[in-house]
Amino acid sequence: MSWLSDTLTSTIGRKLVMSLTGLFLIIFLVVHLAGNFQLLADDGGLAFNAYAKFMTSNPIIKFTSYGLYAFILIHIIMSIALAVKNKNARPVGYDKVKGSANSSFSSRNMGILGFIIFVFLVIHLRNFWYEMHWGSIPMDEAGNKDLYAVVNAAFAEWWYVAIYVACMVGLAFHLSHGFSSAFQTLGVNHSKYTPFIKKLGIVYAILIPAAFASIPVIMFFNS
Amino acid sequence: MKFKLKIWRQKNNQDKGAFKTYELDGVSSDMSFLEMIDVLNEQLIDKDEDPVHFDHDCREGICGMCSMYINGEPHGPLRGVTTCQLHMRSFQDGETITIEPWRAKAFPIVKDLAVDRSAFDRVIQAGGYVSVNTGGTPDANEIPIPKSVADEAFNAATCIGCGACVAACKNASAMLFVSAKVSQLSMLPQGQVERSERAEKMVAQMDEEGFGACTNTGACSAECPKGIDLSNIARMNREYLGAKVGSQS
Ligand code: HEM
Ligand code: SF4
Ligand code: FES
Repeated sequence: MSWLSDTLTSTIGRKLVMSLTGLFLIIFLVVHLAGNFQLLADDGGLAFNAYAKFMTSNPIIKFTSYGLYAFILIHIIMSIALAVKNKNARPVGYDKVKGSANSSFSSRNMGILGFIIFVFLVIHLRNFWYEMHWGSIPMDEAGNKDLYAVVNAAFAEWWYVAIYVACMVGLAFHLSHGFSSAFQTLGVNHSKYTPFIKKLGIVYAILIPAAFASIPVIMFFNS
Repeated sequence: MKFKLKIWRQKNNQDKGAFKTYELDGVSSDMSFLEMIDVLNEQLIDKDEDPVHFDHDCREGICGMCSMYINGEPHGPLRGVTTCQLHMRSFQDGETITIEPWRAKAFPIVKDLAVDRSAFDRVIQAGGYVSVNTGGTPDANEIPIPKSVADEAFNAATCIGCGACVAACKNASAMLFVSAKVSQLSMLPQGQVERSERAEKMVAQMDEEGFGACTNTGACSAECPKGIDLSNIARMNREYLGAKVGSQS
């Protein structure tokens, strides 16, 4: 299988891994968002808590979630490996670079934007995911862990909501390039479809992070 | 016109190098950028100083030798041209112009602005060829090729190997150059014999030379004097991944 490791460690192979893991995360975000919208239901969090319980106990979801953890880690590790390789490819930099003349802001700052998402993930997982799995959370009326109360408490703090929204802006920029870039990396560049993929990427990059950000904002003003 | 020129000076590959600033007066707006440096060099020679070394050959935009990173862009601010086709009218009178060599590990600096681009030659040697039968000269147009395919292949073939794509790329990636060379042959019937081997070998050599990876920023294509399209990179990725999965070893 040395051809496989050869392929996956080549520059194109590494980008293939970035692209596939990135696309998986893109699909995941849609599913995650759909679940989050239950936070806005007017039932004191019962539906959301039941959903959270399902997501942490259903074996198929559990299996998928291990894949998700692995893919996020692979995406991050591969991005670091690529960043190191790319830095080595130009050991001495330019004095003056006019990047805005030839490329988009997002495309030139994927690493920094990714790092913002990473910081977000750490905070986010610590506050909600860790609490749900290993924290001691009181039960709600239906006997499920009351994750809703934990989320509600977090989103009552203005600074928490501010960080959340700022990170979603970072995600939006990451995806405004990442979405279409992932297709280009896979070799999907076609005069019929690429203009559509680019537009869809921009729509996704605005809509999904905005929808994520709207939840803490709405909960903040409701609290 | 009058300019302040901030130029990278480096005696040889081992030297650390530094910027040196020169004032140059009496430049005509119709001079090409290289002619402007010629004037500077005449003055330097008169003063018994070492002239600024730079590569050039055709001075008509076809050889790809005139590598210079001017004011933060390869070949300067004008689109679709090499440095020899850039004229001083593209600059403001009195402007400070920063001139740097291509910066890439795979393009070691020879002296001042001249870099060694033989890494490109080795990529070509690895797979940028086709097998042809010996014998009589084949008839022209013997092999039918659709016009659209011929045009696409020709567009890819217009790459002059100047290295601006590498210079422009934040990762010093050579993907645009290599993809143009892979594409130009893979689209034509004559290129089918070595097709999958070609993609594998040329990409392997590209990696071996220490070029960076592609982030799809598009800076290469925007700065390419021949406007080589990013679709070539997608094609190379298809060729490469397909070859890796499908080949016998
Ligand atoms: C820890 C957080 C993250 C980091 C550090 C990170 C880092 C990066 C970097 C550096 C790139 C560019 C790689 C290159 O082109 O050389 C990239 C590409 C990409 N990222 Fe992320 N990212 C993160 C999270 C995410 C998330 C959450 C998503 C999706 C929802 C995502 C989707 C993508 C996509 C689709 C690409 C484009 C792949 C390609 O060009 O082929 N990333 N990421
Ligand atoms: S692809 Fe364009 S920029 Fe790169 S070497 Fe060829 S002509 Fe020069
Ligand atoms: S000197 Fe030949 S392209 Fe400029």
